[in-house]
Amino acid sequence: MLSSLRTLWYTFLHLFQRNVTVQYPEQMPYLAPRYRGRIVLTRDPDGEERCVSCNLCAVACPADCISLQKSESEGRWYPEFFRINFSRCIFCGFCEEACPTYAIQLTPDFEMSEYVRQNLVYEKEDLLISGTGKYPEYNFYRVSGLAVPGKDKGEAEHERAPIDIRSLLP
Amino acid sequence: MSQSHAIVAGLLNVVLGLAFLMITAALLTWVERRLLGFFQDRPGPNRVGPFGVLQVAADGIKLLFKQDWIPPFADAGVFVLAPAISMITVMLAMAIIPATPLIGIIGDLNVGLLFFLAMSGLSVYSAVLAGWASNNKYSLLGGMRAAAQMVSYEVFMGLSLVGVVMLAGSFNLTDIVRSQRHMWYVVPQFLGFIVFFLGGIAETHRLPFDLPEGESELGAGFHTEYSGMKFGMFFVGEYIGIMLISAMTTVLFLGGWYGPVLPPFMWFGIKTGLLICFFILLRAALPRPRYDQLMALGWKLLLPLTLLNILVTGALMLGLPGPA
Ligand code: SF4
Ligand code: SF4
Repeated sequence: MLSSLRTLWYTFLHLFQRNVTVQYPEQMPYLAPRYRGRIVLTRDPDGEERCVSCNLCAVACPADCISLQKSESEGRWYPEFFRINFSRCIFCGFCEEACPTYAIQLTPDFEMSEYVRQNLVYEKEDLLISGTGKYPEYNFYRVSGLAVPGKDKGEAEHERAPIDIRSLLP
Repeated sequence: MSQSHAIVAGLLNVVLGLAFLMITAALLTWVERRLLGFFQDRPGPNRVGPFGVLQVAADGIKLLFKQDWIPPFADAGVFVLAPAISMITVMLAMAIIPATPLIGIIGDLNVGLLFFLAMSGLSVYSAVLAGWASNNKYSLLGGMRAAAQMVSYEVFMGLSLVGVVMLAGSFNLTDIVRSQRHMWYVVPQFLGFIVFFLGGIAETHRLPFDLPEGESELGAGFHTEYSGMKFGMFFVGEYIGIMLISAMTTVLFLGGWYGPVLPPFMWFGIKTGLLICFFILLRAALPRPRYDQLMALGWKLLLPLTLLNILVTGALMLGLPGPA
């Protein structure tokens, strides 16, 4: 009985406390930089597409909503098309974690409602942005031991020249 | 000629009174949702119209356009009758409330209190018949609970008023208020006040005594199968029920329209309004008791308390000289 009365009193006191509600369209909520919202494809610092069509994101995606096709030009891979179906995406961020090149990134933006479901399928043009996203310095080919036009093996940052496997000396 | 004038005036009084009731009941849904929101540190519905008042209109329109469905397995006649009973009984009971000596539909009825008890007794039928006619096990359980809860709480509700009637010496609500000019009955009849209010909550099956509805275990209890405006009628009935219990408590225990400075109808409105807010606070704060706890509280605590109250009141009235 007493505890009921105390509950009543405490509940009554809540009348004088501030509302916690964020009045959304008028008052924008603060979204953390790592908020998992709309997905973008980023470019490396040289302005080239980062994505190398390795398909790791598509494999990692639990909702199976990424679809892409590999193509090759100038000795490296590019996605011919890259498609994310946002009506199925659950914004788990697994694709971002799987990506070896930091190409696919989630951004703090969730305002992507559409009246037609089909419009939620984003193509590469919609996904690709001109910047580097969360990793301004990173360029996959500069740090990987892969040979690409203009950079041979061993010329990457912090990389030693390859060992001559035909020699006995180190 | 004068007789026809009287009839017209009477009809106007009834129509205006009922319209006022309906509008207040509708507004109450909004008041309740906003207040509940504030109790939970959120604003509640505040989008439609100024402060969200037009939410009421939006809800009404929505209810009107919902499919009005009678389940094929239901007993159609009784199914339609039940919500009407719920609304009509509370509205009839509301008619005897004297807001002031002048404002009220039949505030001067000489058996007003008995009429109120009779109507709240009849309102049990709405829940029971709704539960029975729905032909659905959850509804039936809700209806059974409603029957047991409301019938047993009616006992204490009636008994708790005996003290007031003894002190006032009348069943006429206007007279009862008049006899509280010097002291509100909440002081000498404090036990009666508590019991009546608890009984009132049980009678309107509001939280925390909403076992007939019991969303979490019975779906919606006796009105699980109802939709559209028939559901709306249950709702309006429930809200007028809240107003009825609050107004009755005001009239019987809180001195009705008496109060300093402000005009009488303002005092009546303030007291009733605060009690309604208390109903909402109860809903925000307290969990629903188990069914046997509810019954135990009624029969093992409230019944002895009311009997004791009557006994002590009677003894004091006999023992103490002076105006009773
Ligand atoms: S966020 Fe999750 S669901 Fe969405 S595309 Fe990436 S992996 Fe798939
Ligand atoms: S976005 Fe990343 S993980 Fe997905 S295909 Fe391109 S490089 Fe691979």
